[in-house]
Amino acid sequence: MQSFNLVRANDSASAISAGAQSDTAQQGARVRFLAGGTTLVDLMKLGVEHPERVIDITRLPLADIRKEANGDLFIGATARNNDVAHHPLVAGGYAALSQALLAGASAQLRNAATTAGNLLQRTRCMYFRDLASPCNKRKPGAGCAAIGGANRMLAILGTSESCIATNPSDMAVAMMAYDAVVHVQGISAQGISVQGTSGAWQIPLKDFYVLPQDRPDIENVLKPGDLVTHVALPPRPAGERAFYLKLRDRASYEFALVSAAVAVTLAQGKIASARLALGGVGTRPWRVPEAEQVLVGQAPSEAAFRSAAEICLRGAQPQSQNGFKVELAKRCIIHALKHVTN
Amino acid sequence: MTSLDTVAPPVDSDDSRVSITLRVNGTEHKLAIDPRTTLLDCLREVLHLTGTKKGCDHGQCGACTVHIGGRRMNSCLALAAAHDGDEIVTIEGLGAPGHLHPMQAAFLEHDAYQCGYCTSGQIMSAVALLHEPVGPGDDDVREFMSGNICRCGAYPNIVKAIQQVRHGKSGAA
Repeated sequence: MQSFNLVRANDSASAISAGAQSDTAQQGARVRFLAGGTTLVDLMKLGVEHPERVIDITRLPLADIRKEANGDLFIGATARNNDVAHHPLVAGGYAALSQALLAGASAQLRNAATTAGNLLQRTRCMYFRDLASPCNKRKPGAGCAAIGGANRMLAILGTSESCIATNPSDMAVAMMAYDAVVHVQGISAQGISVQGTSGAWQIPLKDFYVLPQDRPDIENVLKPGDLVTHVALPPRPAGERAFYLKLRDRASYEFALVSAAVAVTLAQGKIASARLALGGVGTRPWRVPEAEQVLVGQAPSEAAFRSAAEICLRGAQPQSQNGFKVELAKRCIIHALKHVTN
Repeated sequence: MTSLDTVAPPVDSDDSRVSITLRVNGTEHKLAIDPRTTLLDCLREVLHLTGTKKGCDHGQCGACTVHIGGRRMNSCLALAAAHDGDEIVTIEGLGAPGHLHPMQAAFLEHDAYQCGYCTSGQIMSAVALLHEPVGPGDDDVREFMSGNICRCGAYPNIVKAIQQVRHGKSGAA
């Protein structure tokens, strides 16, 4: 592991100004925030990440989970994945998020991993993690060993000629379905400013991740110094039923081949509202509003679910080893929708 | 007042080591370590508490599981300096010869190991599990123990040992 200078932030402002000294907040940043460490320390051992300065943010007061006055659920950036999953407000009101978190990693990792760390976790593409392989995400312009290589686990949606790396998060898939908004503090104002708070703004999760295109090293909209403070989830409609279905090679402790987060309300036997997001198939957590719209007004049926699933997978570009994901993802969606509507 | 603490006033100008206090099994250790040192390496190589094992060193096998602030975590992915002052418990802090923790005794009784390399991590996970919201069944235990890999395949007896401690008998529902 490359040497680094380790400091502990006592307040957000100092963390932000220290982070702003980096030239990027993306791959290879010179300054990194350390929370649970389950991604960062791992990648530093591999030499994939090599910050000169590491800012420990675990002592900042960012771990709260609470209901806000406006009805939003506030989930602090450093709230641990297990604490979020088991919190009554999450398990009771946002079941798919609780299920997604508990379907991820192991109990030990969930005790360390944080909300913001999970949002920012890196792909498990083996070539990204292997310095001996060309990888455009690790080194722009180097090439991609995954295209034409071992790509069974990799993405079929949102890919480019530069990168087919899958976003590995379960949590972010459920948050995508729940219209999550990422709250950030920093010095480079972007997004929607939060009233009355200087340097604070919010980014809808659907706009948080960027597609790889020709710069897969840029994974999200964060700039140097940007500190995620919390994620807000709007209140859910009464009677909503939600489910996170994760399909994987092992029954536990494995990344998704495909997953689906669904949330549906019914009125007079018809679907009144629908939320649908996919994991394991996209270069970012994948949500398709058109597929949700197609469900609204229909009575629950396999045909209706299949038509929504077809829309979700429109434009899928399988690689040499992951063509099975196209039909598997459709069946995952159909199964999850059946589960919440029967 | 400065709001960034060097977690570690450098020991001297040519030395990148950081000064920390690790609280392990109730004992305070004042240490000067390289900030790269993981908690796992610090426990084993600096404090010579070798009961905690290094398996994969990437958070995948669970052999390095310890309790930090009462919660089980992978010590291989924790920087020791980031746990300055935290309460850490390792297998050495759980019981002693003649005064085994009930989980240690149950692992013995059920022969819940073969080579034993993963065992301290299994036991640290199993003890933490006793205070986690785990359902009553064997499948629930298997799910919550999935972060501890045993290449000998001692899983059936590990589950029996854990269920005995949880329910006072083996092979519960």
